[in-house]
Amino acid sequence: MKKMTILATVSLAGISWSTSLLADSDYITLASTTSTENSGLFSAIIPAFTDATGVEVRVVAVGTGQAFEIARRGDADSLLVHDTAGEEQFIADGYATERLDIMYNDFVIVGPSDDPAGISSSESVKDAFTRIAESEFPFASRGDDSGTHRAELRLWEDAGITPQGEWYRELGSGMGPTLNTAAGMNAYSFSDRATWVAFENPQDLTLLFEGDNVLFNQYGSLLISAEQHPYLKHDLAAQWHHWLVSEEGQQAIADFEVNGQQLFFPNAE
Amino acid sequence: MPAGDNPFYTALALIISMDPGLIGIVTLSLQVSLLAALIASGLALPMGAALALWRFPGRNALIVLLNALMGLPPVVAGLCVYLLLSRAGPLGQFGLLFSPTAMVIAQVILVFPIIAALTRQQVEALHNEYAEQLHSLGLNRLRMMPTLLWDARFGLLTVILAGFGRASAEVGAVMIVGGNIDGVTRVMTTSIVLETSKGNLPLALGLGIVLLTLVTLINAFAHIVGETSKRRLG
Repeated sequence: MKKMTILATVSLAGISWSTSLLADSDYITLASTTSTENSGLFSAIIPAFTDATGVEVRVVAVGTGQAFEIARRGDADSLLVHDTAGEEQFIADGYATERLDIMYNDFVIVGPSDDPAGISSSESVKDAFTRIAESEFPFASRGDDSGTHRAELRLWEDAGITPQGEWYRELGSGMGPTLNTAAGMNAYSFSDRATWVAFENPQDLTLLFEGDNVLFNQYGSLLISAEQHPYLKHDLAAQWHHWLVSEEGQQAIADFEVNGQQLFFPNAE
Repeated sequence: MPAGDNPFYTALALIISMDPGLIGIVTLSLQVSLLAALIASGLALPMGAALALWRFPGRNALIVLLNALMGLPPVVAGLCVYLLLSRAGPLGQFGLLFSPTAMVIAQVILVFPIIAALTRQQVEALHNEYAEQLHSLGLNRLRMMPTLLWDARFGLLTVILAGFGRASAEVGAVMIVGGNIDGVTRVMTTSIVLETSKGNLPLALGLGIVLLTLVTLINAFAHIVGETSKRRLG
């Protein structure tokens, strides 16, 4: 009796589930970054695309490094990340055929509100990073080969600093977990603005430095090579790729706000 | 989904509001984990019983291996299934990655060793107790299997629940093979990770309370079913 009940329940569940899977065949899988997903951008703009085309977009939000890997293995139909150098390399390696600028935002440096390293008065990122390194005040780094981590490492290099020592803490986590940890340790951290503005657990952390030109953060969309991965949904992926740079897509990105603040700035050509 | 400062109120608001997004997430969680526990039981109960009754070379090594695999890190199981189902992997042509099916497969791998190892132990203990009677009835090992499994059913119910608990609690495997896609592969545990990473800790904890409540209800149901049939048997 008991077995029968369990069996019946599970087979019913199985049936309803398989039918729900059959219902939505027109979809693409998009590998993208946590900043775009966690800030709520995708849930704001994808419905407009789905309304216009009938194509659903399923977002797998991971670090940029992992997003490249998913696309390289042919497990996503489309790719939207923020590491222009890495994206150009991806095309050079033959995994993608076309890259388009979609939008930008910027990186910011956050830290304890009393700013013990005094970076809020610094002139440039170089200056700010130098002050943090010299004061050896804790700095929480992503350490996960994401687009933000790669950008941070380039800025340390520009400042002529090799970040290492007790104060430099590589967390190997996404942006949100890194901010949670930085808030817990009351450490400095380097974040994209979107995740920071949408982040709800800042505790004593506050935005301390912004506005340097080198903090520019460009997002790009890539068309994955049909030659490398012939079975992917290239037609649907191309629709998404071109919708992002269309007037409608660009407007949808511009209209997205968190707490009254625009987080991504469309800049397709 | 509602947001507030107190996780208990958030959990209560989540349950009362019957948010369609949340219901979808809860339903998928239960479907995936129950199906995984059921499939794993179907495979592991006979295997555990067979391992208890037959003697063959390498048996001890197999027992040790099964016991060790009870501690298999979910993220490792997830990674193996990911590499298997990825387009570049051996089963890539089925396109199963980032689907609920992939999540069930990963959880079956996690649950199977637990149920097999504990079944082996329970059936072996029972067999030692009744070996003489079973032999005097002239039963061969194949015939003993269902008899012993049926006799051990109350203990095995707990074993299956332990397996289900493992499946519903893990996040490492479903995150990798499911991708935490909104409305498709997002389950309770991956939602909790997502809300934590957004810094929305009350909602994350609220979801945790909802999950714990559900698992408690399922365990209570199983316990009552077990007790009732025990009493009926006298």
